[in-house]
Amino acid sequence: MTKSRLVMGPILFHWDENRKKDFYARIADEIDVDTVHVGEVVCAKRMPFFDKHLPDIIERLQNAGKEVVFSTLALVMNEREIAQLREIAEMPNLLIEANDISSIGLLSGRPHVVGPYINTYNESTLDYLISRGAHRVSLPWELPMSSIEALCNARKTAEIEVQIFGRVPLAISARCYSARAHGLHKDGCRYVCGEALDGMDVETLDHTPFLAVNGLQTLSSHYLELSTAVDDLKDAGVTAFRISPHTLDMVRVANLYRRLIDGETSSDEVRQSLLEMQNDLAFADGFLHSLPGADLRETLGSRAE
Amino acid sequence: MELVCPAGTPASLRAAVEAGADVVYCGFRDATNARNFPGLNFSRPELADAVTFAHRHGVHVYLACNTYPQAGCEDIWHKAVDDAVAIGVDAVILADIGLLRYARDKHPDARLHLSVQASASNEEAIRFYHREFGVRRVVLPRVLSLEEIRMLNRRISVETEVFAFGGMCVMAEGRCSLSSYATGESPNMNGVCSPAAHVHYEERGDSTVSRLGNFTINVYGNDEKVGYPTLCKGRFRAMDKAGYLFEEPTSLDVTAILPELADAGVTALKIEGRQRGKAYITQVVGAFRASLDRIANGQTGTRSNLAALSEGQADTTGAYRRSWQ
Repeated sequence: MTKSRLVMGPILFHWDENRKKDFYARIADEIDVDTVHVGEVVCAKRMPFFDKHLPDIIERLQNAGKEVVFSTLALVMNEREIAQLREIAEMPNLLIEANDISSIGLLSGRPHVVGPYINTYNESTLDYLISRGAHRVSLPWELPMSSIEALCNARKTAEIEVQIFGRVPLAISARCYSARAHGLHKDGCRYVCGEALDGMDVETLDHTPFLAVNGLQTLSSHYLELSTAVDDLKDAGVTAFRISPHTLDMVRVANLYRRLIDGETSSDEVRQSLLEMQNDLAFADGFLHSLPGADLRETLGSRAE
Repeated sequence: MELVCPAGTPASLRAAVEAGADVVYCGFRDATNARNFPGLNFSRPELADAVTFAHRHGVHVYLACNTYPQAGCEDIWHKAVDDAVAIGVDAVILADIGLLRYARDKHPDARLHLSVQASASNEEAIRFYHREFGVRRVVLPRVLSLEEIRMLNRRISVETEVFAFGGMCVMAEGRCSLSSYATGESPNMNGVCSPAAHVHYEERGDSTVSRLGNFTINVYGNDEKVGYPTLCKGRFRAMDKAGYLFEEPTSLDVTAILPELADAGVTALKIEGRQRGKAYITQVVGAFRASLDRIANGQTGTRSNLAALSEGQADTTGAYRRSWQ
């Protein structure tokens, strides 16, 4: 059996330069991940803040032996954003992750990664994407296990990736909800999304945690946590496991999941360690089990020997 | 501009035809379309009769097969496309890449439209669907401003269809799992959003609480009209403030900007609402027919008289005006 790939997804939130630089420096030096995503996925307005640092960061990560993937925007809405995509698609020696169909068109023939924002729901679509040069496909979050199994059976030479940790992106919009919550519009947003480092908490009127707003993106409040399913996912043929960056110590998080997918620790230990790091974390695994995505079927200790 | 109108039942289809629709769109009675609601949609014989009736009146019929086929069950979607083409619909509306490729290979002469659920929001994406699958028209996602639509139409060769009236997704269509996060059922996989089977109302003192799955979507005082708990139109709490975080319970109405849409190069206007009754269809289609006829006769100043039919009795031009974003 080939060694499973541990993937650090792109930073979804509008962290400041120093936080991002520090994050990537620690990944380069301290974490045993195979693949690291860079690039802005949520909002084109954030790009000018960090683009200048990317060449150095990419080089440093590559020198540390990581595969670097350049993630692209999930929602592309105008000519300026298309022009940026074209530039990215022409960068040499770099894998690009397509997150909008426009990038699938631009990357055709060149090996690339298909991101989870692309609707890969069935075998025919997967087959088509592979024929266009996809060599890894990260599946949409709402797919149940039965779909993941069917897609793995149809994957041919491509790798199948599934996110196993972090808040789940649930929607993307032209409207900025961080700006709206501050009484602003997107065009004069003052980058208020940067105030919420893991997304702005959204509760129901009954004070039940529900969602998290990140500019144009809406995520789950609960953190996806699929450690209990990793063995089943591996058996199905999933070979790449994505963890999504948050403010908690991602070096520790990555090392936990590294040990988990290498079979050196248990899911209960993963959960307990995560709660030690942040005791108010709420977990969810519903999508995988054909339940509401916010549900948690595999609770702590439910798989204890 | 062509007026494309919804029909959830054969009776609604006749009403739309009689009220002045140029085109009626509908779906089969299963998960292959994005309005998979109980008691709605067409059997194969019903669709065949509907096509005969519409064609006799010079009206076209489009079949929406615009959910994402489930892995392992793609044949259900393939059969829907095959049957629609055999029945003789004038276009099939699709979203999934695999299904587009199937339709293109199996029925090279069929007219394929790209559903809003494919979320093709830019020229490269639209060119891709045109080049790869011969898509002749794209239904634009409700994320673009009027100016962005105008620029787009200058740069692409396929027709564009835009939403004109009715329920409005505030999220990019086909990219939203909010409904399945709360209920397990989504537009992409099940053809439903915030489905009725997961809706509950509770009385709490003087208030009425609307819930979707395990989540409270709104709480109404006794002076407020209780609405349906569509997730993104709910009232939530963020930064210690309660309010309509994503969107007020409003509906889209572009009557006021019809001349601008025509000027921006839009080919067709789509009215949302296959779940709506016959009377609603008659009124909305009739009003748009009248407005379009006025414009065709060189009259200016279109105004809507449809506010009473809107969700929350409020309407918006949505993302078409940049300030909405």
